[in-house]
Amino acid sequence: MCGAVAGGLSTEGIDVSKETIIQGSVTQGGQPVGGAYVRLLDGSGEFTAEVPTSATGQFRFFAAPGSWTLRTLAPGATLDRPVVATQGQVAEVAVELPA
Amino acid sequence: MSRESALVTADWVEENLDNDNVVLIEVDEDTTAYDKNHIRNAIKFNWHTDLTEPVRHDVLTKDQFEALLSANGISNDDTVVLYGGNNNWFAAYAYWEFKLYGVENVKLLDGGRKKWELDSRELVTDVPTRQPATFVASEQDKSIHALRDDVLAAIGSHNLVDVRSPDEYSGKLLAPAHLPQEQSQTAGHIPTAANIPWSKAANDDGTFRSDAELKELYEAEGVDLGKDTIAYCRIGERSSHTWFVLQEILGVENVKNYDGSWTEYGSLIGVPVQLGAVAGSPAGGQA
Repeated sequence: MCGAVAGGLSTEGIDVSKETIIQGSVTQGGQPVGGAYVRLLDGSGEFTAEVPTSATGQFRFFAAPGSWTLRTLAPGATLDRPVVATQGQVAEVAVELPA
Repeated sequence: MSRESALVTADWVEENLDNDNVVLIEVDEDTTAYDKNHIRNAIKFNWHTDLTEPVRHDVLTKDQFEALLSANGISNDDTVVLYGGNNNWFAAYAYWEFKLYGVENVKLLDGGRKKWELDSRELVTDVPTRQPATFVASEQDKSIHALRDDVLAAIGSHNLVDVRSPDEYSGKLLAPAHLPQEQSQTAGHIPTAANIPWSKAANDDGTFRSDAELKELYEAEGVDLGKDTIAYCRIGERSSHTWFVLQEILGVENVKNYDGSWTEYGSLIGVPVQLGAVAGSPAGGQA
């Protein structure tokens, strides 16, 4: 789980040992979805951060260790995915939106 | 102020895209989204390079503000509509800065860029050209701007509203979770501040919640809306969003935005800090 994961965003230039990284990609029908909004919700469901996905459908958060929910919003679609983050590791999440 | 005077809907913007007296401005800390596409006829303001003083850690001076608007073809007769990504945080900061300089005809697009995109409304790449105009600003309205001494004096007596996420408030995180966490300042919050994250004031699509829901949100957290209020966050943009909710949508009086926010307060020597998920006493400490 340490460092860059095949197909994931590069962690070059980031001190991964100090960070608690959650990252991944959003796809629909196997195609990357750029410009979707990914919201990071904490253990109580409270909003913590939000990023738009890149042109290649990728996103990244610098979180704290614990359980989180990723809520993805795109035109006509909303999807929640749970994720557990650990310091020093990259939690990689693939979000496939319903067609 | 009220919701009707401070906010416009996406439908209203669509109906006014070709109105010469309406100037649409996309505002963000990073304007690459604008460069990719934007609402037709919108110009862009970059929060860093356009809306903050280039040397000091401050808002623009009156002269700089007038020069910015004039150069972008905005006159006092125009209606300015601000919108942006990041749930309108930086657009709300711009709105606050416009109000600081007495601009009356300024509005925020409810839901900002996100709502517009989620509705699959038109976005274009053409950049409009605007002829320079003359804009005359008022002196700064200090009644909506809190400096650090105002904040220290407010501990334990006025409403302090920390609008960051619960993990930033308690000290678990130092910055929003989409940013790296290396920071110089200490973690925690200003003692006695209530934690009412800005996000509770907005729906998932970035639009503001109803007046009744907003009023209930602050009152349920013990904020006496009859007292003076100071809102803060990390760099003053999320707290502009909450300042906007309280003063511009709900019409609450005596609300200030502390633009120094946690980057300033958390770096000060000799001030009380509270850690943990409790508001704490004026002396601060560890929960």
